[in-house]
Amino acid sequence: MCRLALKTAIEPFSPYEVLTAMEAMQEGYDGSGLGLLLRGLHFEHYKYDSKHPVLSGIAHSEAAWQRLNSIMAQRGYELKYDHEFETHPEMVEAKDRYRYFVRVYKMPPAFEGKSTEEIENELMLTRLFLRANGEENGSDLTAFSFWPDVAMIKEVGWPMEIGNALTLHDNRITSRVCMAQGRQNTNYGINLYACHPFFIQGIATMTNGENTAFVPIRDWLLGKHFPGYMGYQSDSEVFAHILHYTLKQLKLPLQAYKHIITPLKNAELDKHPQGVFLKGLRDACRRLIIDGPNAVIGTLPDETCLLVMDHKKMRPATVGGRDGVWAFASEMCGVAAMVPDRDPSLDFQPMREHTIIVPPERKELTIWSQLDPYPLAQVA
Amino acid sequence: MVSARSVSVGPSSLGYTDLPWIIQHREDRCTLCGRCTAVCPKEAIYLAYRRQRMPKLDVLKKARGNEYRTFVGIRQKTNMANACIGCSMCTMVCPNEAIMPVPNTNEHRTLFFHNQKGQPQTRGGRRNVSGPNLLDRIMFDRISMLTDPALDAGRHEFNLTTTLGRTLPPEEFLKRQSEGGWIPPTREIFPFVIGSMSFGALSPNMWLGLLQGVAYCNEVLGIPVVMCTGEGGCPPWVLKSPYLKYIVLQIASGYFGWDEIIRAIPEMQCDPAAIEIKYGQGAKPGDGGLLMWFKVSKLIARLRGVPEGVDLPSPPVHQTLYSIEESVMKMIQTMSTAFGHKVPVYPKISASTSAKSVLNNLVRNPYAGGLLIDGIDGGTGAAYNISMDATGHPIASNVRECYLDLVAQGKQNEIPIFAAGGIGKNGNVTQNGMALIMLGASGVHIGKYIMQSVAGCLGNEKSRCNVCNLGICPKGITSQNPKLYRRLDPDLVAERVGEVFMSIATEAKKIMAPLGRSQSLPVGMSDALGISDKDAADRLGIRYVC
Repeated sequence: MCRLALKTAIEPFSPYEVLTAMEAMQEGYDGSGLGLLLRGLHFEHYKYDSKHPVLSGIAHSEAAWQRLNSIMAQRGYELKYDHEFETHPEMVEAKDRYRYFVRVYKMPPAFEGKSTEEIENELMLTRLFLRANGEENGSDLTAFSFWPDVAMIKEVGWPMEIGNALTLHDNRITSRVCMAQGRQNTNYGINLYACHPFFIQGIATMTNGENTAFVPIRDWLLGKHFPGYMGYQSDSEVFAHILHYTLKQLKLPLQAYKHIITPLKNAELDKHPQGVFLKGLRDACRRLIIDGPNAVIGTLPDETCLLVMDHKKMRPATVGGRDGVWAFASEMCGVAAMVPDRDPSLDFQPMREHTIIVPPERKELTIWSQLDPYPLAQVA
Repeated sequence: MVSARSVSVGPSSLGYTDLPWIIQHREDRCTLCGRCTAVCPKEAIYLAYRRQRMPKLDVLKKARGNEYRTFVGIRQKTNMANACIGCSMCTMVCPNEAIMPVPNTNEHRTLFFHNQKGQPQTRGGRRNVSGPNLLDRIMFDRISMLTDPALDAGRHEFNLTTTLGRTLPPEEFLKRQSEGGWIPPTREIFPFVIGSMSFGALSPNMWLGLLQGVAYCNEVLGIPVVMCTGEGGCPPWVLKSPYLKYIVLQIASGYFGWDEIIRAIPEMQCDPAAIEIKYGQGAKPGDGGLLMWFKVSKLIARLRGVPEGVDLPSPPVHQTLYSIEESVMKMIQTMSTAFGHKVPVYPKISASTSAKSVLNNLVRNPYAGGLLIDGIDGGTGAAYNISMDATGHPIASNVRECYLDLVAQGKQNEIPIFAAGGIGKNGNVTQNGMALIMLGASGVHIGKYIMQSVAGCLGNEKSRCNVCNLGICPKGITSQNPKLYRRLDPDLVAERVGEVFMSIATEAKKIMAPLGRSQSLPVGMSDALGISDKDAADRLGIRYVC
């Protein structure tokens, strides 16, 4: 079983805080990987404009590093800031790590005045191009994300050791949202791309569990022929893609995600005020119904955070916090490590029908139940 | 040379050991009650009086002579028309265990004489190939154990339903939803459907029993089973009843019974589950249905709108057909319109290498609600043996190919594929059905298995019984003769329907629980399948295990 931790706060904080939560929950993973996503970035030595895209990944050789530079230059991106981690390579298991990079770019002038959709596509295609380029060259270049205000780090090993290896406690890079997953290697081989969180066009999710309906869902997503729906080194990657499909392609509200991945039972839909619509939605999106035990934690470009459970609530997850600071974790000790100064009696453990949403203002969390009316004008 | 007429053996003369079944009769147990001879559907046995000479020699008197003993016993006829079919009805009625048919373990020579009067063999049943089939050999090997608390088949909730009917792509669904456009009708049904067996092929008691059983499954057990009528209409009292919602009405090339159905539309209390348009049948591809004159009773004649006692051969093709594409398109649209676009309409075709082209036509037809593909191992009430044994395509690879074709187009959720043909042939109905579902079928149709399990049909793939076409069904399942079908108690058939579907539901959970699936039917979950046959694994795109 993997362990998940997410912290969201108005004031930027160090990702190391989330790693301490991972340390508290260390019984739950085997050190086969750590994934970190930082959103709402703040650099100590650079005044970052959150409109500029940030590319994060790993160059495994100098040649890959050179190729990265030339590819980005060819596509017209101007480098604004290159964050250098103070690394201790001896503390990392893998030996082919030339450079961990988090680099801020300026969009090519050609994209000035282009629609948001075109810009978002370009960012995704650039990331996929870099990924493909790395795969063509013996996997010597790994690109995790390329998006404004988002940085990602993935590495094989124990979370705390990776944090120390990259000196993440030095406060040189902080963020308002941080997601972390400590991986328990399950069905699929250890691969950097298989580490959570998964990222596509600003949307990220990480999961604790096993998605037993992975293959039919993957087959359906591949059939959409959307360039970003690829990879699938992990059965959990589809959770991010379904969230992307729900929000970006179907343009549905966040609440629809839960109705798509874990629809209500027929008997419940018969009583639901929008039951007819929701049955239709379930049928239309039937191939996206997830299965198995899963707790899914996600974040959106506006810094909204969410947590949903599988339909049988077979994985644990707790949420707690106070005005301005909230934390999601697989275990209560994880929440306690991230927000010690909260009232633990107000912690909440979502059940099968719940979606927990922490909106960007972070005043309070929303506990939305699937049995509640569905917020969409078109079905009123 | 003139033949020796004194030897009464001709080219077609057969002895007991030439027959597929040999009657073993014990005279010491026989009470001469005559039940066996009365019940035998083939009149294969008769009570015979025989005289035995007892030579008598009295040495002292130097006299010799004969005495004669008369004895009676059951004898077997050896002509083709009366050859024993091994149904064992004689054994079942015998009060004294004096008689039973025994399979001939030698190769039997009737194989060479199934062409009397120039008429090739016709029969009912399935392709005569016995032993484990490909579906029986598939294993569910992706056990979700490493990370999970296993699901509990007995306590957890499982969603065992599937969608019948066309589903729109999500984008189109939302668009039509907001614009108030037409959303194609769908049904949530149990994935094991009672396949098309016509009112005509089946006896009234069998039909009534099935219908009662299906209603019981839906209304008491909560298992949403539907059944298909086959060609030949539906009794008017069913058409006008609230049970019509459990019925899939079939239209085939003879259009039998559709006068009654169309006339009943204004009086229908509910819509039928679906309309099935039969273009082909796995057991006899390229051939139409065939109801022999002796099965066309007064009731059947009325339902089908034909005179009594005439052969009813459905043509192999639909008479409105200019091209198959056009026919499929027009008929589907017409049937959909007839029921106000509120009932899913789908075609049934025989499995074939050309199935994909039909499927791709359907993908572009907005009214098509699915595709049923019927494989070579499917059963039938009447067909030429050559059609059943040698014509057609096995279901597994055909369904898999069609499913993968839809996957490549991203349309696998839009057109459900249903599979039929040999599911449960060796009794493993749930295993066979779930294997097909994981290969990509949304559900399966079972016909012969239902006859065998709910009504005790005696037919098998070793030439046992299989006389459905002759109207002499010893169990009264496929006969229109009241003397035969009164043997079948509809209430007991209904009870068996309930038992069979409860058991399938439990077994389906027992398969899904270890795979970690409970939220939705594992359609296309091919990663859960393995087979110890490398070629089959490659062909189906599943794991080779050994």
